[in-house]
Amino acid sequence: MNWGWIWANFFSGTDSNTGIWGLTLDHLSLSALPIVLGFLLSIPLGYWASRSRVARSVLLSVFSLLYTLPSLVLLVVVPVALGLAIINPANVIVALTIYALAIMLRSSTDAFMSVPADIREAARAIGFSSWQRFISVELPLAGPVLVAGIRVVSVSTVSLVTVGSFIGIDSLGNLFHEGNESAFPTEIWTGIVAVLVIAIVFDLIITTAGRILLPWNSRGSRRRAAKRELAEAVA
Amino acid sequence: MSLIIQAFAWIFNPIHYTTTALGTGIPDALTQHLILTGLSLAVAVVIGVPLGLFIGHTGRGRSVAIIASNAARALPSLGLLALLLVILPIVPWLPSNYLPNIIVFAVLGIPPLLAGAYSGLESVDRQTIDAARAIGMTEWQVLTKVEIPLGAGLLVGGLRSSVLQIIATVTISSLYGQVSLGTYIANGLAQHDYVQMTAGAILVAALALLADGILATIQRFVVPRGVSRGASKKRNTARGRGIAATPGKPIMEGN
Repeated sequence: MNWGWIWANFFSGTDSNTGIWGLTLDHLSLSALPIVLGFLLSIPLGYWASRSRVARSVLLSVFSLLYTLPSLVLLVVVPVALGLAIINPANVIVALTIYALAIMLRSSTDAFMSVPADIREAARAIGFSSWQRFISVELPLAGPVLVAGIRVVSVSTVSLVTVGSFIGIDSLGNLFHEGNESAFPTEIWTGIVAVLVIAIVFDLIITTAGRILLPWNSRGSRRRAAKRELAEAVA
Repeated sequence: MSLIIQAFAWIFNPIHYTTTALGTGIPDALTQHLILTGLSLAVAVVIGVPLGLFIGHTGRGRSVAIIASNAARALPSLGLLALLLVILPIVPWLPSNYLPNIIVFAVLGIPPLLAGAYSGLESVDRQTIDAARAIGMTEWQVLTKVEIPLGAGLLVGGLRSSVLQIIATVTISSLYGQVSLGTYIANGLAQHDYVQMTAGAILVAALALLADGILATIQRFVVPRGVSRGASKKRNTARGRGIAATPGKPIMEGN
C-alpha cells in the first residue's frame, strides 16, 4: 500500500481531478437515488401485485426478465431506449432503479401477502377506510420484510454503480480502471474499501431507521425465532 | 429505435462471423464466453455445492453461508477483477488473463450455489428427515435419497443465479481486454460505435436469457412431483434465515 498516494489524492487528483473524496460523493448520489426510488416505487406496485393475481404474474415476470440482463447490457441499453446521451448520469440511475425494483418488488409483494387476512378484516370491521388500513395496519406489518429487501437492494446498488464509470460516469469505479491501466494496486484497493465502507454505512442507516420506525420488530421477531427453534428441538 | 435495427443488421452481417485482424468474429467471441463461463462454473460447483450440502445437512456454519453471500453482493466485481489482473502473475500455459478472470468468476459464482444447496436442504421438513433415519437410513442415504431430491428445486435455483452471475461478470471482464461477447460493448464504447455496442448488448442479453430459460426448465423437471404438489403450502420455509429463497425462483444476487 502506498499511503502517500491516498493522502495526496484525497481531495484532488485522479483522472476526474476531484480526488477520492469527490468520487465518493459522486458514488453516494448515484447510489442513493436508485435505492430510494426503488423502495418508493415498490410499495404501490408490490401492494397491487399482492392484491391481484394477474398483476402479480405480469409484474414479477417482467422484472425478473429485466434482472436477468447483465449490468453492462442494461447500462448501454437504457440510453439507447430512452434516447439519452451515453454519458448522462441519468442512465446509471434509471438502470439501477430497474435492478432495485426487480429485487424489491418480490420482497414487497411477499411482505404485503404475509399480512394475515383476518387482521385486514378486523381493521375493516372496526371502521378503517382502505387508506387508513393500508397506512396503519398493512404497511407497519409489512415493514420488517420491506427492510430486509431494501438492505439487499442497497448493498448490490452500491457495488453496481462502479460499472457506470466505464461508460464515462464518474464514481469510485474510476479508481478501478485507472489503477488497472497504471498497474497500481493501491488505487484499486482504495476503491474497493471505499465501496465496502459506503455499503456498510448505508446498511447501518437502513437498520437503524428500521429499528426506530418499527420498534416492535426486533423484539418480536427474536421471540418468534426462539420459539421456532424450541419447537424444532422438541419435535 | 433505428439504432436497434442497425444493431440487428450488424449481427446478421456475415463480415462479423470470421475473426480478422480488425476484430473477433461472433462465433469465436461466443466460444470464449462459454469456455470461461463453463470453466469457472465448474470450479464454483466443486467448491460451493459440497460446502453448501455440508452446512445444510449438519446445520453447522450457517453464519458462514450468510456472511459469504452478503459479502459477495457487496464486493464490486470490477474492482476485484482490476486488482487480481494487476497483482497475479501471468501463467505461461494459460491464455493471458485466464487465471485472475476465472478466480473472480468462480468467487462470484460460489455464494449463490452455496446458498442454494444450503437453503434447499434447510427447506426439507425435519420430520421427513427423522422418518428417514428411523427406517434405518445412513447419513449418506439421508443426504442423497431424501435431502437432495427434496431440495433439488432450490439447488438448481442456486445454479441458475450462479450461471447468470458468471455470464454477467464475463461480459464485464471485456472492459479489461478479455475476449467475450462483451468485447463488442467494450469496443463500441471505446470507439463511440454505438451500433456495435448495441449489437453486443443484444448478443449478451440473448445468451443470458437463453441460459436462464434452459435452467428454469431443468429446475421444473428436477423437483419431485410430490414436492411441487405440496409446495404452495409452505413456500416460505427458507425465509427469515438471512437468505431470501423460495422454491422455483432464482436466488437473487448482484449482477
